[in-house]
Amino acid sequence: MNAQKNTAPLDRYRTMRRIRSFEERVGELFLRGESAGSMLHLSIGEEAVVGVTDAMGDGDTFTTHHRGHGVFLGRGADPARMMAEIGGKADGYCRGKGGSMHIASHALGHLGANAIVGGGIPHVVGAGLTYRNKGTGHVSVAFFGDGAMQQGILYEAMNMAALWRLPVIFCCLNNQYGMGTRIDRAVGKLAFGERAEAFGLQAAHADGTDVEEVHDTAQSLIADARGGKPGFLEISSFRFYGHARMDKSPYRTPEEEEEGRKRDPVLKARERLIESGLGSDADMERIDTKADDEMDAALESAVTASPPPLDTMFEDVFHPDSPAPAPQRDRLRAILTETP
Amino acid sequence: MTAQQTTYREAIRQALLDAMAEDDDVILIGEEVGVYGGAYGVTKGLIDIYGADRVIDSPISEAGIVGAAVGAAMTGLKPVVELMYVDFIGLVMDQLANQAAKSRYMFGGQIEVPMVLRTQGGTGRSAAAQHSQSLEAWMMHTPGLRLCMPATVNDGYHLLRDALRQRDPVCFIEHKGLYTMKGNLDTARADADWGQPAIRRTGGDITIVTYSRMVHEALKAADAMAEQGVEATVIDLRCLNPLDMAPILASVRDTGRAMVVTEAALTGSVASEIAARIGESCFDWLEEPVLRIGGEDIPIPVSPKLEAGSIPDAGLIAETGLWMMRRDTLAWA
Repeated sequence: MNAQKNTAPLDRYRTMRRIRSFEERVGELFLRGESAGSMLHLSIGEEAVVGVTDAMGDGDTFTTHHRGHGVFLGRGADPARMMAEIGGKADGYCRGKGGSMHIASHALGHLGANAIVGGGIPHVVGAGLTYRNKGTGHVSVAFFGDGAMQQGILYEAMNMAALWRLPVIFCCLNNQYGMGTRIDRAVGKLAFGERAEAFGLQAAHADGTDVEEVHDTAQSLIADARGGKPGFLEISSFRFYGHARMDKSPYRTPEEEEEGRKRDPVLKARERLIESGLGSDADMERIDTKADDEMDAALESAVTASPPPLDTMFEDVFHPDSPAPAPQRDRLRAILTETP
Repeated sequence: MTAQQTTYREAIRQALLDAMAEDDDVILIGEEVGVYGGAYGVTKGLIDIYGADRVIDSPISEAGIVGAAVGAAMTGLKPVVELMYVDFIGLVMDQLANQAAKSRYMFGGQIEVPMVLRTQGGTGRSAAAQHSQSLEAWMMHTPGLRLCMPATVNDGYHLLRDALRQRDPVCFIEHKGLYTMKGNLDTARADADWGQPAIRRTGGDITIVTYSRMVHEALKAADAMAEQGVEATVIDLRCLNPLDMAPILASVRDTGRAMVVTEAALTGSVASEIAARIGESCFDWLEEPVLRIGGEDIPIPVSPKLEAGSIPDAGLIAETGLWMMRRDTLAWA
């Protein structure tokens, strides 16, 4: 074998497989009654986003939508801390305050997952202003679904990014569904790239079953964005499961689901790696087993982790230098016991 | 020489000028803040000094501008967004209330949003129902947002400088009727500490709690009441949230009578909240019910006569205060 072979595709497969395994265990966390609520939006079928996260660099930042576990893992998140956050535990990334839909990491450049459709998109424009003004050379990427393509804030953000030539990428993970509404029932014209081009952005499309195509496309767009030419990337995929953990997708036929799940980016990458000789069957088995073991451990550590102490609920409303809001009982006690 | 006579507008501009000189990370962003100089002239000339990268003329995209400021604040700048009228806050509320205000909390303290939303509100220019409102209660109802409203020239400067020192999002609401008001600016000395109300007048009979332009109506009313032998304390809230209630409660426990005055539509207003707090904590000290005086619960009408008639003035405040002291009968009661 060539000692200088490109191992990046193998690494990307590993990350995709870890995402798949992680998301399956998020579902298990819920079934075991250990998740904080049922607002759990799995990204199974959309793992090729790793092509984008892998094309980003150190210090680059991003925001995600509510279906962002895969993006965050792609940027180096610790699955145990993620799982703990999804379980509402003190060891989670946000100390049990945010959960699945509001996970973030300052250290890893994750400026926040968002539960308002399109809510996090304009933040990358602001990050772009910071990088422009400070000359850092960084880029900021907004990840969102096809649902956000119908939100006005996206177009305000696209216009500003193009107007000010900011180092920004708008990345639409088009999984065909906004909750239970298929995209053709929500959109008059299915040509998202044209919309972006109309604002002066460079637009591209990539097949969401092909992580290498996604990677090459993203790499080129991100390089241009760093040079002040913001871009739009649409990645087409299929959402394998329901909108959230409780949703059994009654609005889709079994045939549609069966066809859709054939568009499996993880399986496709695995087959291609074996075909191209980058990995043997045994190599792939090892990667898969390792991913499953890692995520099993993340799941168990989240289950056994401690919930946050009750009084931490008053922390981080404001900067710690200023007084935290007072517990209601303290106020009531003062009112009821004080006399002239 | 740090003290000078100037206008409310100039004092706020001076605060921006000084903050930008001290810290390269402070940027201004908003509609018409650059070349035009601000709809009310507050940012006039700043683009010539600091350039278009720091004084950023934006498209008419209020939600996008505030959202961009959130992202800029998260990544290391200190943006000051100008929202031309507080009435436009409806366009902005997701970015303000769901994004700016909650980020520190949702993300467990990892990410902070040190930004200032400068805007202006209030009546007095016959600007009608969508350019004259007092919407501070919308912001006060949102945990994580700081809120201050300067009533004086000196506070126009100091509250803005203080706002820019916070590591949290701050809403800074000016009053359109005060921009040309003259007063003393002492850049070395604030009227009170950040988070503290200012006692603008001291009297032992009645406590009037108010903020923004109504401070001046309350002071006029207090002078009129003094002619009838009634001495009022006038307290200016300044920082509405978070707010140290202690000086207010101490005053009411001393006078036994309290009135809370706002220009905003009364129902669900800041005055209602402050009155409730006084009522809860001063019940045993009160001689009279805590009275609220506010704008009528109507949209602001354009006719100058209707507009002026829909909000409180010194006359209404004085009549009510004198009645609370049984020094007068209300002609209209």
